Amino acid sequence: MKPGSVAIVGAAETTEMGLIPDLSVIGLHADAALNALADCGLKPSDIDGVATAGASPTETAHYLGITPTWVDGTAVGGCSFMLHVRHAAAAINEGLCSTVLITHGESGRSRVGAGRWGPAPASLQGQFETPFGPSGPPSTFTVPVLRYMQDFGLTHEQLAMVAVVQREWAGMNPRASFRDPITVDDVLNSRMIAYPFHLLECCLVTDGGGALIMTSADRAKDFPTKPVYIIGTGESVETPMISQMEDLTTSKAFRVSGKKAFAEAGISHADVDHLMIYDAFAHLPIYGLEDLGFVGRGEAGAFIWEGNSRPGGKLPLNTNGGGLSYMHSGMYGMYALQESVRQVRGIAPAQVPGAKISVCHGVGGMFGAAGTIIMSNERP
Amino acid sequence: MSQPRKPLPSPTPETQHFWDGTKAGELRLQRCAEPACNRAPYFPPRPFCPACGSRKVEVFAATGRGTLHSYVINHRPAPGFEAPYAIAVVKLDEGPRLMTNIVDIEQTPEALVIDMPLEVTFHDAGEVTLPYFRPAGGAA
Ligand SMILES: [Zn+2]
Repeated sequence: MKPGSVAIVGAAETTEMGLIPDLSVIGLHADAALNALADCGLKPSDIDGVATAGASPTETAHYLGITPTWVDGTAVGGCSFMLHVRHAAAAINEGLCSTVLITHGESGRSRVGAGRWGPAPASLQGQFETPFGPSGPPSTFTVPVLRYMQDFGLTHEQLAMVAVVQREWAGMNPRASFRDPITVDDVLNSRMIAYPFHLLECCLVTDGGGALIMTSADRAKDFPTKPVYIIGTGESVETPMISQMEDLTTSKAFRVSGKKAFAEAGISHADVDHLMIYDAFAHLPIYGLEDLGFVGRGEAGAFIWEGNSRPGGKLPLNTNGGGLSYMHSGMYGMYALQESVRQVRGIAPAQVPGAKISVCHGVGGMFGAAGTIIMSNERP
Repeated sequence: MSQPRKPLPSPTPETQHFWDGTKAGELRLQRCAEPACNRAPYFPPRPFCPACGSRKVEVFAATGRGTLHSYVINHRPAPGFEAPYAIAVVKLDEGPRLMTNIVDIEQTPEALVIDMPLEVTFHDAGEVTLPYFRPAGGAA
């Protein structure tokens, strides 16, 4: 895409967050959508492009009373919304539509109107992974980490520190699910889920949703909100089977997506004021920092341990508290995007002073997919 | 032994040779038969070479030897499994990696040492036979 040609003008999460037993999946999509429309003063009839994952774009458009001329139902897991932003930017530039609504809603905890997880027994994953007992993300997404620890000397304490630092950020965020400070010992003494992962190194399971509204940068000036310009985008996929990653210590999808986004934005890592890396589990920020090129191979554990990503550090990371402490509905990417928008607008609960450029990186499936969006509050 | 059953694979035409192999006591891989290709063994099964796209591929029996590449020890209940149990990735001597369980050894971080040598052992699960791995030489 052309850097800065498209902007996010509306952004909002669901009214409630955490435990929402009175809304189904589609209801959460709609609640978030109505809040994002209100954020920028639009009605559903002003929308002519719809992108969503979890629900189908057909379901979402019809439920909200929208007649789109462009839809995108890309569903590659939790980073689907990063891909929607990227695809929407291209569609707006191409004139396929002018105003796009991207929605997410998931009843992760209450399971109101939600489906079940699990690959089909005849899929390659169903044949060559499921029979050996990975029973959901906590015992699947975590499989590569002992290899990483062996090769790069990452310690259990350093892995635990990821959760400690993110709880520090969550403590500054009134909407975060968990806000009480924790220590490395607290993490290592919490219940073992899938060795080497303890409970506090695994994401929450909550209900919630979020929505974004995008339009051309030229039109963005006319909205009441401060435009958040999209200056770089990337996406890729690698494999639905975690055992078949090219290398268990690095995500190819992360590297491809990140490289593309940085090249498009024409920025260096030193230009980045704020960073979000989708953290379903404590190792994700470690892989992300390295695969996006913020630190060298094997350096991310020490980087976080030394406090570089905590409040006041040189690279504020996962400032909403992340999937580990803020919320995690299942497809968390939308909440990472929401926090990047808040930081670039200057209205985040744990605001990074003067944040101008934010990098927002998501994972889909279990190292299956990646999407990277770089935002700025200045049009390049 | 009236535990809930573990999820079993449903073979497809493209993977049938692998599951026929485990029943016959062989761990079958595939490689390209195209002379111009690097002919690297590959997994999971496909009727074409993932390196060059050629449909000229052959099935062969792997040695069944490999090393413990990575694992987790799942402490949560799962149908057909008794927690805690290890979910492992084995790197075969031929190159490809596969997910499996490690048997004839304690399911502890102390016993399960990364890079330890392993060998395949076949577990009759009824309609299919699953490839498990155990410490090489059969000694725990
Ligand atoms: Zn070939």
